[in-house]
Amino acid sequence: MRLKTTLLLLLPAVGLIFLFMVIPMLISLLYSFMTANVYGGVTMPFTFGAYVQMLFDQDFSGNLTFMPDYLLIMLRSVYLALATTILSLALGFPIAWYIMCQTPARRTLLLTLVTLPFWINTLIRTYCWILLLRDSGLVNGFLQYLGLIDHPLPLLYNQPAILLGLVYTFLPFMVLPIYATLERLDPRLVEAAYDLYASRWRLFQRVIWPLTKPGIAAGTVLVFAPALGSFLQPDMLGGGKQLLIGSLIEMQFTSSRNWPFGSALAMLVTIAVVLALILQSRRRKVMEARA
Amino acid sequence: MNAADAVALSTSGNQTRQEPAPKPLIAISGVEKRFGGGEIRALSDINITINEREFFTLLGPSGCGKTTLLRMIAGFEHPSSGSILLAGKNVLGLPPRARSVNMVFQNYALFPHLTVAQNIAFGMEMLNWAKFEISERVAEVLTLVRLEAYHNRKPAQLSGGQQQRVALARALAPRPQVLLLDEPLSALDMKLRKEMQFELKQLQQETGVTFVLVTHDQEEALAMSDRLAVMSAGRVQQLGTPQEIYGKPVNRFVADFIGEANLISGLLLGRQADVTFSVRPERIELATASAPARLYGILQAATFLGADTLIEVEAGGGIIRARLRGVQMAAPGSEIGLFWPDDAEWELRE
Amino acid sequence: MKMSGMAKLRPFDWRHNPGFGTFTALMIMFLYAPLIVLVVYAFNANRLVTIWSGFSLKWFMQVVSDGNIKLAAETSLIVAACATVCATAIAIAAALAFERGWNFFGRGIAVGVVMIPLVVPEIVVAITTLIFFSMLGMTIGILNLVIAHTVFCIPFAMLPMQGRLRSMGAAYEDAARDLYGNEWRIFRRITLPLLAPGIISGAILAFVSSLDDFLISFMVSGAGNTTLPVYVYGMMRQGVTPEVNAISTILLLISTALAVLVFLFSRPSAVSRTAGAAASAVPSS
Repeated sequence: MRLKTTLLLLLPAVGLIFLFMVIPMLISLLYSFMTANVYGGVTMPFTFGAYVQMLFDQDFSGNLTFMPDYLLIMLRSVYLALATTILSLALGFPIAWYIMCQTPARRTLLLTLVTLPFWINTLIRTYCWILLLRDSGLVNGFLQYLGLIDHPLPLLYNQPAILLGLVYTFLPFMVLPIYATLERLDPRLVEAAYDLYASRWRLFQRVIWPLTKPGIAAGTVLVFAPALGSFLQPDMLGGGKQLLIGSLIEMQFTSSRNWPFGSALAMLVTIAVVLALILQSRRRKVMEARA
Repeated sequence: MNAADAVALSTSGNQTRQEPAPKPLIAISGVEKRFGGGEIRALSDINITINEREFFTLLGPSGCGKTTLLRMIAGFEHPSSGSILLAGKNVLGLPPRARSVNMVFQNYALFPHLTVAQNIAFGMEMLNWAKFEISERVAEVLTLVRLEAYHNRKPAQLSGGQQQRVALARALAPRPQVLLLDEPLSALDMKLRKEMQFELKQLQQETGVTFVLVTHDQEEALAMSDRLAVMSAGRVQQLGTPQEIYGKPVNRFVADFIGEANLISGLLLGRQADVTFSVRPERIELATASAPARLYGILQAATFLGADTLIEVEAGGGIIRARLRGVQMAAPGSEIGLFWPDDAEWELRE
Repeated sequence: MKMSGMAKLRPFDWRHNPGFGTFTALMIMFLYAPLIVLVVYAFNANRLVTIWSGFSLKWFMQVVSDGNIKLAAETSLIVAACATVCATAIAIAAALAFERGWNFFGRGIAVGVVMIPLVVPEIVVAITTLIFFSMLGMTIGILNLVIAHTVFCIPFAMLPMQGRLRSMGAAYEDAARDLYGNEWRIFRRITLPLLAPGIISGAILAFVSSLDDFLISFMVSGAGNTTLPVYVYGMMRQGVTPEVNAISTILLLISTALAVLVFLFSRPSAVSRTAGAAASAVPSS
């Protein structure tokens, strides 16, 4: 295929995404340096105000006092995203391993089962947990029926609930890339290694873990990035009391009408994600160079 | 079958044919292929002429450039310099579809979603032949490869050998001037391979189309070709008939690559030190009174192979292998005298 | 040294890991239990979700005849259909360019750009799109949604197509060129039919992504143009009701049906290959 044809074929895709994603992101960057308009949107002048607002509160005389609220929210978001990633890894790896050890027919079935929930609306998947965890929900009802508790436990509207929802949503995202690397493992390699090491743990440590690192890295990024910017889970399962970055950003464009601040936060999240990506791609290059 | 038998086989076939003056069809001159800014030379100074109605083979180990050259004739690769003429016309820059050349790919590349008949008809459809012409020709070609009963099957339902014949049929159907074959027999098992060698040779003679075959199997090359080019490291080492290549190898590489050869330094034979002679194992005999020994060595091993006995004799620091007719036992460790007739020995130029 | 013929004292089959099977089964139950609970509740005749008083379809009836819901569903379907058609066509072109095209300088960047919607967090996509539209002064409801959806559907549609183009290899197309085909005829008679499973998978992926989308639709849709997920979210905000359960169940069943369709159309290893492609597409350098 000639160069001209190739470029022509790529034009719609690249052009559209450039126009409706790259340029808007640049505009948002611009907006983050402007001032909030009372009716939503932005006006002049250019200022760093939005970024200052992240850490400091500015009173009318221009005095800055350190305000940790937003910082707390950011840290909480990172913490939850990390926790989600680690939990998904811990839970997802054994699943991927088990599937890999099955016959090809069973593998397809199991993979289908594990990935099917991914296709279902996140809204609905998160709502199900409300059904289960709320005061008059199934879990509390069941525990009360068993006589284990008198009053319903507050299972919802707290951090563990959000974490549960996040892991529930993103677990398949971790299983698939890990499985993809495991699938490429040569069984003879494993058998030969077992002959060498004669212990399952050593086998894992010395052979399997290093070989699956690329898959794990990919899965990590696939989970961490969306978890960091998640909105539905903190909003629905956190009850609006536990704010994460995602819900904070959303607020700026609905109730708070502080577009510059929202844009600034969005830029922050994007940078974090891009950094994670670059890190992972660097590590992947190193790993591939070593291999 | 070993190389010697292969040469014998092809000789017997060629002796009975009349030999009209060969007309050149493909003229490859000065062709070179360079990569990486001139660093890597896949092909250097290739000059080959292939005639009409000829079965020509490019023979060599992996990486010698033979497939690259084949693809240049087809139009999938372009030479960095030099020219390729097809029936007198320069094909430089012409895409594959503008050349009357068709190729049988190594993995056949049969269109999986089309039936055998549709696969075969494809080339003619692209050339806009009339419908009845196409169906006539498809039937003709199916008969040629003996697959008439399979015209409605899909490639996935055929065996390896059958798929290969469909690939052949598909390539021959549009009546090309040249048929290119890229290691067509490598995916087949031993027995099938022997059968197909014979069939391919027959097919070429029946249709009269020029075949250019690429292979690394020297027995195959010697058995099927009218002429062949031995290639190594991007160069043509020798070009000639199977008899010429086998009996009169031009250098060490050819002598070593084709069949088995003993490379004996002139020193051992009491002649010039810097000359190497090549002697084929099957021409060596045990020395007798009427056939005095040319050299002596210590017998290392004797292997009984049925019709032949293979012996290994250590002489002058190297091993000489000989195939002796019948069973001739001697104890390992004893001294052996080896004889061969004058015409069995061939001086290598380098 | 052990003799290979003898049976070992404790035969090691590294594929046999006790406990993993049970664990996986538990995890799968964990994934599906909440959904099953939802479906069961939707059939509960009682308005009080917690008390079971018999099997009933009445909530489904109510939900299906609700005018607002019907409007939202229509909007969702129209947007999804338009976005799918556009995204699939664009994705076919892009996939062909990436897998069969000239390896030009900057190709990596192009791949990266096309993958951006997959990589950037949804909330960022949502607000940047909102900002862009408001800056342009675009308030033509459904068009906004279609454009926004098309953009994020493109990479979803493209991945299975890329996978398919890679797995089928360029050999068939080369053979067709050798047999005198020109590029357009080769595309129509060889490439397209062989690519078809990838195209269908991609289209279904795009369709489901569009139907399921909440956040972007939430930010971008105007007053009269709510999609179904956005409307259901509004319902959920007002509390847990059997109507919510019913409409959620309907959405669940539709998504499941579409997902099953995709699995029928893609061969088994294509699933993991798509995952592998997605995983390797993410760091785009």
